[in-house]
Amino acid sequence: MTPSPPMEPLVKVEGVTVHFDAGRSGFWGQNRLVVHAVEGVSFSINPGETLGLVGESGSGKSTTGRAILRRVPLAAGHIFFQGRDITLVPARELRPLRRHMQLVFQDPYASLNPRLRIFDIVAEPLIVHGLVKNPREAVERVAVLLNRVGLPPDTGGRYPHAFSGGQRQRIGIARALALNPELIIADEPVSALDVSIRAQVVNLMQDLQQEFGLTYLFIAHDLAVVRHISHRIAIMYAGKIVEIAGREAIYESPIHPYTEALLSAVPVPDPQIQKTRRRITYRGEAPNPLAPPPGCRFQTRCPYRSARCQREDPPLVERNPQHWAACWNR
Amino acid sequence: MGRGTYTKIMLGGHRRERLLALRGLALELWRDKTGFMGVVLTAALVCMALAAPWLAPHDPSAQDLRARLKPPAWTVQGTWNHVLGSDHLGRDVLSRVIYGSRVSLLVGAAVVLLAGTFGVVMGLIAGYRGGRTDNFIMRWIDTQVAFPGLLLALIILAVIGPSMLTVIIVLALNGWMVYGRMTRGAVLAVRQTAYVEAAEIVGCSGRRVIFRHILPNLTSPLLTLGILEFARIVLAEAALSFLGLGIQPPATSWGLDVATGKDYIFRAWWLVTMPGVAISVTVLAVNLVASWMRLISDPQEREKQFARQVAARKRRGRGFPVPQEVTPQ
Repeated sequence: MTPSPPMEPLVKVEGVTVHFDAGRSGFWGQNRLVVHAVEGVSFSINPGETLGLVGESGSGKSTTGRAILRRVPLAAGHIFFQGRDITLVPARELRPLRRHMQLVFQDPYASLNPRLRIFDIVAEPLIVHGLVKNPREAVERVAVLLNRVGLPPDTGGRYPHAFSGGQRQRIGIARALALNPELIIADEPVSALDVSIRAQVVNLMQDLQQEFGLTYLFIAHDLAVVRHISHRIAIMYAGKIVEIAGREAIYESPIHPYTEALLSAVPVPDPQIQKTRRRITYRGEAPNPLAPPPGCRFQTRCPYRSARCQREDPPLVERNPQHWAACWNR
Repeated sequence: MGRGTYTKIMLGGHRRERLLALRGLALELWRDKTGFMGVVLTAALVCMALAAPWLAPHDPSAQDLRARLKPPAWTVQGTWNHVLGSDHLGRDVLSRVIYGSRVSLLVGAAVVLLAGTFGVVMGLIAGYRGGRTDNFIMRWIDTQVAFPGLLLALIILAVIGPSMLTVIIVLALNGWMVYGRMTRGAVLAVRQTAYVEAAEIVGCSGRRVIFRHILPNLTSPLLTLGILEFARIVLAEAALSFLGLGIQPPATSWGLDVATGKDYIFRAWWLVTMPGVAISVTVLAVNLVASWMRLISDPQEREKQFARQVAARKRRGRGFPVPQEVTPQ
């Protein structure tokens, strides 16, 4: 029961579960502590599509992205890339896979080595994968890439500290593009940037998608940005996907109470309408990831909670065509 | 450090351009007065060690019992025959300081290089690989730290017999742990950074990540540690020599002279002072060089320094424009 449109997807994630070891508790250390970061997440992304992955801090959205890149060990589940199961590909065979999927980082200040010139940073993927035969070719390729992301031609000879956050993020995008990947996982690529330059970077990413036929997994917590760039959106809560649907369906007719609450938190840029809106707030706390409650994970905050929610975990079912949600009571 | 493919491509192609880059570096050094002084001092010390036979006025081991414990020339009883005085056997202190530089500089530099390289490599492996490798290396270091270094040195020297080479090996065996520990700690911190993850995701091999992304970002703390260790090694060599297990007379080193001169410290202060001053000057010079190297190995610091220099020139009215090759590119 994977929510997947009829096309052959580029990435398919099936029941992916990630547990982190968090040490031991008890006097003799007899209890292993396990953080349930991601629990049975399934979705697929079609070629050329952008899937927005939204959720609050600690909901497991970054971990899901890194699981696709095989950066974290899976406790269960499968990841298919271009129809091939890459879940168990051994570490040394991961390198050729890296050519097909790349990551754009959240923090553009930490993701560029301060001691390397921009040329060396952007050329590194080309050199490591042997995609350029000689230095001249590397210079040309890097110049094209830097130009494509809208940076001046003298960028290559300078060091990261000379650039602003937005420019650094462009450099990060150029590095990710260097290998000509099919899939780019963007881990909150604009949340560390000034509001004034977010739109520029998001628009750049959209242009690049058109030009190179890229597929994005766009991880974010800023709903306005996600709405702008995504074709479909998945909402995560406490390690599970609670709702997944096309962009308009999510924004116009959300089903899950958590999605509703998230959407009501986004202000509308019209004071007349904004005044009439009601902000939905739920009391209670997110469940402890060390010991998630049985049943629905949203039960601690949900106003529609019933006895069934405490017993059984609601499955993600197709409520409308291509609109999947996991809730017993809506 | 920090000179990557870019420099190779853009500057390495033509000898003229490479020379220009070198000239730029030299100009940069000239502008940084303290760094310049350090480099000049260090060069002078090395020259002194190399040219010792031509510079020393006397044979450093020639005794002259009629001229025992002569004070330096500028004091009342001093003679210009022994500029820095003479010791209890009438040996010329100046000549001994000049010859002693050979052993002290060689032992200091060799031990720092040997122990530093081994320690840093072990630290990099432990920090990057983690898990069982890390545990093994760290417990090895713990064991060696817990074992009294002097005892180990005595055993080895007693078995193999003292010579300069054994002194170097013994001191390196005793000194690498501190590099290993510090490198491991720094690697653990740098490993967490996003740019290291980026390098891994891009597909860099472990070796490339370590030597291109992690190690260059450890230069500052490692340079500082190396300098501190250099001073310690010079004195550790003195301790071994003092116990009769290091440099064997008639050869000499600064440390040995300080150690033997201490018996006469109230009657002949120059015996400890002269080689002592030589040690301090060396450590100071190396320190200045190291802080300059630390500065130019950090691109951001380097540009700041450059901007300060330009501003200072402007204030002094020598004005812009700055010659192109001087810009740290």
